[in-house]
Amino acid sequence: MRVSHHTVRACLPIGSDSDLAWVRQHVRRVAAESGFGLVQQTKLVTAASELARNTLIHGGGGHVEVTALEDGSAHGLRLSFVDTGPGIRDLDQAMTDGYTTGGGLGLGLSGARRLVHDLTVDTRPGQGTTVTIVVWATDMPRPRAEP
Amino acid sequence: MNPPLAEPPPPPVPVLALGDVLLVTLQGDLHDSAAERLQHDIAERVAREPVAGVVIDISGVEVVDSFLARVLAEIASTARLLAARTVLAGMRPAVAVTLVELGLTLPELTTVLDVGQALALLGRTPSGPRARQGGA
Repeated sequence: MRVSHHTVRACLPIGSDSDLAWVRQHVRRVAAESGFGLVQQTKLVTAASELARNTLIHGGGGHVEVTALEDGSAHGLRLSFVDTGPGIRDLDQAMTDGYTTGGGLGLGLSGARRLVHDLTVDTRPGQGTTVTIVVWATDMPRPRAEP
Repeated sequence: MNPPLAEPPPPPVPVLALGDVLLVTLQGDLHDSAAERLQHDIAERVAREPVAGVVIDISGVEVVDSFLARVLAEIASTARLLAARTVLAGMRPAVAVTLVELGLTLPELTTVLDVGQALALLGRTPSGPRARQGGA
């Protein structure tokens, strides 16, 4: 991990519709404070909205941890969406475009992955799921996610 | 972590009638429940009133995730089944860029740059610039 310094900024509950709205507002604010441009803010808030909704709908609720990252002059954010729900049975399938068990478009996980620099999933059957995303404010070259 | 506060449901999004066109202006952060209620309200109005078109102004919306995108697409599909045309007006550039990366190009939605163009497209004002048809 290239992160030399980090601080946990906030831990927000995800238990309702209004919590999703609050997560979006909070992530928008910290992204702006971290120097993210408008498009990058919008991508991050959208990814956060997808993942927070997954936490709510599939995980039965949970929380998100917002951590500010610093590496030299680079600023970034790490968001971890944590639930103690049933876990994801087939992760490969869940990461596939169009796969849904929640009545949406099935773009939550796979779509969010394309909006951020890094997305990792830690899931245990019966114990829960943690999805962590990392975004850097600087325009560093990065590989495109597989389609 | 604070316990979630008991909040009243968000107020419904107003649906205005301009002749036979319904105008909906979305602002800021739309709660899931408000979006679903809007979908229901528009379907009821289109079925009950002589509505030819629905204009949804999203110029004040900073984030469209896959949930809201699905609701917008379903509003358009429902209105079409009820013989009305839906036009989405004023999407912000950052929202468009994000939707494409998310994998949502919303081919079923007709989009224009502002409400004036939407009304022109629906034939409700003197002619304006041509709309851009959403599509692949």
